[in-house]
Amino acid sequence: MAVAQNSDGQGKGGLGRVFVVALPYLWLVLFFVAPFFIIFKISLSDTAIALPPYTPVFEGFGAIQDFVSQLDIENYIFLTDDPLYVKAYLSSLRIAAISTMLLLLIGYPIALAMARASASIRPTLVMMVILPFWTSFLIRVYAWIGILKPDGLLTLLLQAVGLMGPEDQVQIFRTDTAVFIGIVYSYLPFMVLPLYAALEKMDNTLLEAANDLGCPPLKAFWRITFPLSLPGVIAGSMICFIPITGEFVIPDLLGGADTLMIGKTLWTEFFGNRDWPLASAVAVILLILLVIPIMIFQNQQKKVA
Amino acid sequence: MAKTLGPVKRKFSPWTDPSAVPFIRFENITKRFGTFTAVDNLTLDIYEREFFSLLGPSGCGKTTLMRMLAGFEEPTEGRILLQGKDIRGVPPYRRPTNMMFQSYALFPHMTVEKNVAFGLEQDKLPKGEIAARVEEMLKLVKLEDFARRKPNQLSGGQRQRVALARSLAKRPQVLLLDEPLGALDKKLREETQFELMDIQTNLGLTFLIVTHDQEEAMTVSDRIAVMDKGVIVQVATPAEIYEAPNSRYVADFIGDINIMEGTVAATQSALGAHGTIRIECDGVSVSVDQECQAAVGDKVAFAVRPEKVRISPDKPVDSAVNAVHGEVWDIGYLGDFSVFIVKLDDGRVMRAAQANVSRLVDRPITFGDMVWLTWPLDAGLVLTR
Amino acid sequence: MKSSRFDATVLTLGFAFLYIPIVILIIYSFNASRLVTVWGGFSLHWYQTMWSNQGLMDAAWVTARVGLLSATLGTVLGTMAAMALVRYGRFPGRMLFSGMIYAPLVMPEVITGLSMLLLFVALGVDRGFWTVVVAHTTFTMCYVAIVVQSRLLTFDRSLEEAALDLGCPPVKTFFRITLPLIFPAVIAGWMLAFTLSLDDLVIASFTTGPGATTLPIKIYSQVRLGVTPEINAICTILIGLVTIGVIIASLNTKRAELRRVHDEHMALRTPS
Ligand SMILES: Nc1ncnc2c1ncn2[C@@H]1O[C@H](COP(=O)(O)OP(=O)(O)OP(=O)(O)O)[C@@H](O)[C@H]1O
Ligand SMILES: [Mg+2]
Repeated sequence: MAVAQNSDGQGKGGLGRVFVVALPYLWLVLFFVAPFFIIFKISLSDTAIALPPYTPVFEGFGAIQDFVSQLDIENYIFLTDDPLYVKAYLSSLRIAAISTMLLLLIGYPIALAMARASASIRPTLVMMVILPFWTSFLIRVYAWIGILKPDGLLTLLLQAVGLMGPEDQVQIFRTDTAVFIGIVYSYLPFMVLPLYAALEKMDNTLLEAANDLGCPPLKAFWRITFPLSLPGVIAGSMICFIPITGEFVIPDLLGGADTLMIGKTLWTEFFGNRDWPLASAVAVILLILLVIPIMIFQNQQKKVA
Repeated sequence: MAKTLGPVKRKFSPWTDPSAVPFIRFENITKRFGTFTAVDNLTLDIYEREFFSLLGPSGCGKTTLMRMLAGFEEPTEGRILLQGKDIRGVPPYRRPTNMMFQSYALFPHMTVEKNVAFGLEQDKLPKGEIAARVEEMLKLVKLEDFARRKPNQLSGGQRQRVALARSLAKRPQVLLLDEPLGALDKKLREETQFELMDIQTNLGLTFLIVTHDQEEAMTVSDRIAVMDKGVIVQVATPAEIYEAPNSRYVADFIGDINIMEGTVAATQSALGAHGTIRIECDGVSVSVDQECQAAVGDKVAFAVRPEKVRISPDKPVDSAVNAVHGEVWDIGYLGDFSVFIVKLDDGRVMRAAQANVSRLVDRPITFGDMVWLTWPLDAGLVLTR
Repeated sequence: MKSSRFDATVLTLGFAFLYIPIVILIIYSFNASRLVTVWGGFSLHWYQTMWSNQGLMDAAWVTARVGLLSATLGTVLGTMAAMALVRYGRFPGRMLFSGMIYAPLVMPEVITGLSMLLLFVALGVDRGFWTVVVAHTTFTMCYVAIVVQSRLLTFDRSLEEAALDLGCPPVKTFFRITLPLIFPAVIAGWMLAFTLSLDDLVIASFTTGPGATTLPIKIYSQVRLGVTPEINAICTILIGLVTIGVIIASLNTKRAELRRVHDEHMALRTPS
């Protein structure tokens, strides 16, 4: 068998390699990154009653000067001036923060219980947490409407047990409470799984060692278990916090008229008022608000991988 | 006890022939991972049909050297010549080398048969020929009955033999074996060592083997290279490596040895008929019959293997041997040998090994006995490095 | 022990919370009465009306096609991305690349949807079936990449090296060695991609056009008009399909597991 020429084989491997990297790379640049530049550009243009309903700021990439001179930050001025938008942003962040706390409080004991279960049933438990996630998000939110409606099943149940008079009704539907219930319900698997992953890795003998050194179980939890699960806490919190901030379906279906969330506002600007530039400006500011959490998330993921 | 031995091992020493062309040549090879130098300016020749071993502590660069030859890593500097041709840039699948992996790397989704046939299929051999060769290979490693099994249906030793069959199936010009027998028990390992040697001689292949087992290296190799931290310290035949190590490192790494640091007190001219060199080791004076570059006053080490040291209760009469006096501190019974650990009068410790020739000894040496350790002038070594 | 009773309680409550709404929804899809709160007896009535609801059926068909196409495309691209991330070490722009893989996982859907729509408008593409497919491919490929990446990280590289060493070129090595061995992860990635596509309302709403109404869009518009048992019925069917898929998949892995254990026992019994 002769030794082949130096370059050709390597070259072929190299070409395949370039292809494997370049295809998904270019796809994401075109369909994920480029749109952000476009959204930014359109957020700086004026509304028009046409299709597309905006007047472009510039055509062609030569007209940089035109572009700069025509830049129009009126959408941003409008957004920051109108207290409604400011309130919507703040309210979104507040709801996302509270929901994340609730998710942690509910998800942590579940994840801990799963991690402490016997090894043979753990895969089943994980499966059971994932299964609802496979069913449609929309359906899961929809299921709660039937429960929370004033004449819904919760009212029925409470009346049946006698906690509520036959004339009273549960007033949760179309309030922030319903939004919290919907969010916690929909995002629980996203919180439980990273927590479980962190807790499950933990060596049981650590706690035994702590007990052996005179640390009582509850204190051992705070001194050993919790600090070691922090990567899971951060990952789970970010996976929940970021998308909740921009959530649309839950506040729209379960929330009331006074439930302010920026995802809903964006949707209304876009589909209702057909104000694309303003919707784009709303999205740009939301993105800026979320840059830091997204970066925390990315860092966390890199550490895990 | 009717195991048929292969043909008598031929006399084989192309490395002593200056006109012989090396089959594989590592030429000033350096390999860096980031700032870490795994292989450092290493030059090594390996000849056709040679059974060559790499020996050295964990992390010294043995696997890295092999992976460069197989084509999985490119040297940072230097070149590798195969039959005189630089093979830089030739991808692994075009190199006439095959490797038996430390982890076996058997394809878990293919049967034993398919695993062995894999390499042959790549050469687009006719089906019949592949089947015949697979059968031959499986017969060679005595796995004919396991052809249809998947790797996870095999025991560790069987897997190892499949890996061997797979890497041999293509009759590579060079077979690279990275700790091939590590997973086997001592008996099976010895058997396989002889099988490997038979295969190598019968098929006329060149073998490059990495092992942690010195005895294994001694048994199978034509030559051994002892490596340390990315450099080769000595390349020689097993006997030379053992009897004439070129440095404290090799002497200490291979087998058991007593080493004493000292200074050259006199060389041949000053010594008359006996010993070539006299060394003063902190009060103990030893003489060694050896060609040596050392001059009076040089710091050197004196070394002698325990089995060359005789132990006796009586003072030797012959003044031509080296002798030291001490007390038996400990005795290690190894079955075929007993090792006596003797505390010399100045507090230093020396070991002497004695074959247990007969079951009953009249006057056994035991703990606390005062004894004399003696060894002839040609038993010891002067190590200058 | 006390903590184990605590754990059992937590798990019971947690799973009750997760499953009760879904169970209720399924039960009420068989309710003869239109009212959610009144049990009018068992009936398949809503499954029949659902079946004859042309709009709903069309939407289901569009969704299935979008799901199949985008999941398949996303799986191909995502697997390539995972290979690039795990296998190809450093290449220019690797940081950006891994950023682009992770960001879509958490990016609020309204942002992704809107930005993609604006891209399609800027490119002058007619919105419809294909724009939804492209949009779904883009975000599902990232999930697939994550799933496949975690499998590749535990993949023994010497298997690929052994194939190369035996003369198999890289592309062929991928198809003969790597792909068969990571296939379960690729399938899991595909299933995840398919359900995500099936599930998506927001991104589809932004990027769709005339004639390409997907099931979630249809369901959403009906839900806004109030709860109807017809929606319960179609949701139940969706849940049923997904559950069957997941159960088949997990049974498959369980069977493979059992076979492996069996094989290992066999290996121990046979003398070497
Ligand atoms: N891909 C790599 N990146 C960084 N360092 C590496 C890499 N491969 C090997 N090394 C380093 O190079 C050195 C030599 O490694 P090598 O695997 O050749 O050792 P070895 O002699 O085969 O050891 P062992 O006997 O334990 O198998 C080690 O210190 C190792 O950490
Ligand atoms: Mg090694």
